[in-house]
Amino acid sequence: MASRIDQEQVQHVASLAKLDLSSDQLKYFTTQLDEIIGLFETLSEVDTTGVEPTSSVSDQINVMREDVADNWGQRDALLANAPEAENGYIKVPAIIDESEGE
Amino acid sequence: MNFVTTIGLEVHVELKTNSKIFSPSPVEFGDDPNANTNVIDWGYPGVLPSTNKGVVKSGIMAALALHAEVEPHTHFDRKNYFYPDNPKAYQISQSDKPLAHDGWIEIEVDGQKKKVGIAEMHIEEDAGKNTHERDYSYVDLNRQGTPLIEIVSKPEIASPDEAYAYLEALRQRIQFTGISDVKMEEGSMRVDVNISIRPAGQTEYGTKTELKNLNSFNYVRKGLAYEEQRQQRVLMSGGEIQQETRRFDETTGQTILMRVKEGSDDYRYFPEPDLPALNISDDWINEIGSEMPEMPGKRRERYVNELGVTDYDAMVLTQTKEMSDFFDETVRLGADPKSAANYLQGDVNAFLNEQHADLQDTDLTPANLAGMINLITDGTISTKMAKKVFKAITQGKEPKAFVEEKGLVQLSDPAQLQPIIDGVLADNEQSVEDFNNGKDRAVGFLVGQIMKQTHGKANPKVVNQLLMASLKK
Repeated sequence: MASRIDQEQVQHVASLAKLDLSSDQLKYFTTQLDEIIGLFETLSEVDTTGVEPTSSVSDQINVMREDVADNWGQRDALLANAPEAENGYIKVPAIIDESEGE
Repeated sequence: MNFVTTIGLEVHVELKTNSKIFSPSPVEFGDDPNANTNVIDWGYPGVLPSTNKGVVKSGIMAALALHAEVEPHTHFDRKNYFYPDNPKAYQISQSDKPLAHDGWIEIEVDGQKKKVGIAEMHIEEDAGKNTHERDYSYVDLNRQGTPLIEIVSKPEIASPDEAYAYLEALRQRIQFTGISDVKMEEGSMRVDVNISIRPAGQTEYGTKTELKNLNSFNYVRKGLAYEEQRQQRVLMSGGEIQQETRRFDETTGQTILMRVKEGSDDYRYFPEPDLPALNISDDWINEIGSEMPEMPGKRRERYVNELGVTDYDAMVLTQTKEMSDFFDETVRLGADPKSAANYLQGDVNAFLNEQHADLQDTDLTPANLAGMINLITDGTISTKMAKKVFKAITQGKEPKAFVEEKGLVQLSDPAQLQPIIDGVLADNEQSVEDFNNGKDRAVGFLVGQIMKQTHGKANPKVVNQLLMASLKK
């Protein structure tokens, strides 16, 4: 069976997802992901000649909400669900990476 | 060796809508941490975001202000990344079909005008804010979901001065649409820059570096100027530029290596399945266009051609929409345009600087400024008296009422002034003689005496006319 994904790619995807995989897990998931991709490849048997690519399977369009603010007052409930909270903040392990998200 | 510099700018502008881009949580600054968040902002399983129509409208306004083409069929995409400022582990943005593309703005550097192209602009959500302490970090998601527009320039900016001019022009145009405060110091405008150089004659771009921590337009210019020189030194000494991110150090004015980029970021974009696509009709674009406030360039032309204001004054008056609107309203209420322009740039600006306030946050109104200027124009008060009146109108007082209350009325009636002048001439024969002997200085002395007798209330123009007439008799 030709391999559809290799361990290096799985390792890369795992690190993007901030997952630490042991070498056993890496092997295990590589085999699994390879099978999953194989299942998806069934789709490529469909002849899509002349079919325009789409970005959505929904036929809904222009569903928009008016710009009206509504505070649902869920802060305390949400913070209660956080593993740790302090003074209204979510408390997380110290972040060392300097790169902030966009 | 001569080098050609190429600069690209990515500008994020925070929109001041009422609610967030994909949830109805309020967009407010300075509230208690996480007070303006709900299950959608926290990315809870099973929640469904919904697109804020006001954000799309703001995006179209920005597109029109930047002469960009609005994409008729647009949609959102997911940009995947893991970081604690965004609990969904993805940002809803646009990648495949951004809201608008191919715009331009005009800049001017050293009297040379130039159009700088805008590659694309899209709408997206902001992330939360982290604060770091030694053992823990703290996450506030109030900013999560605040709408942003990202505006990406074409690599057509050729110098740090052009970058500065581009940012100024961009800030101004966006500010005039009213969709954002566009203030670097408050984070409602953020700038990422990249710069590369290449030997003149080479067509291929050089390797670019990215600069971070540029918290003012000035730092952008300084950081780019430093980086331009640094890259030249590296190439001249036979070295190679590395693709890297560098941090601008405000104290030394240098850029410092932050990290070397290893390949491109792997964001695994895909079309956002939770949000229906958008079809933007020409009708909607035209409707928004017809409601757009007049842009600064148009206003400057009007000020110079119709109101007789100088080019320089017109430029200063159109720095912000608030200032420009204030000026328009003051003139509409009958104030002389040149006086209004002078007062806004002089006393009003000095007052705002002293108070560290924006015009719209003060008690000054166009009606009161116009009222004061009209009192000067019709001779009721002198410009000297106007100093006191100005102070009163900064406190929200009505100028006419204030003038009457304080008895600040200028003495302009010749029937009242002539006897005083006659008296002063009779008491100062020596000065009259000096004048007759050609000593013009004597006039100043006599005017001073008249002002003294009237406690400074005499209208200097009328006094001068009457005095000269009397002397020449």
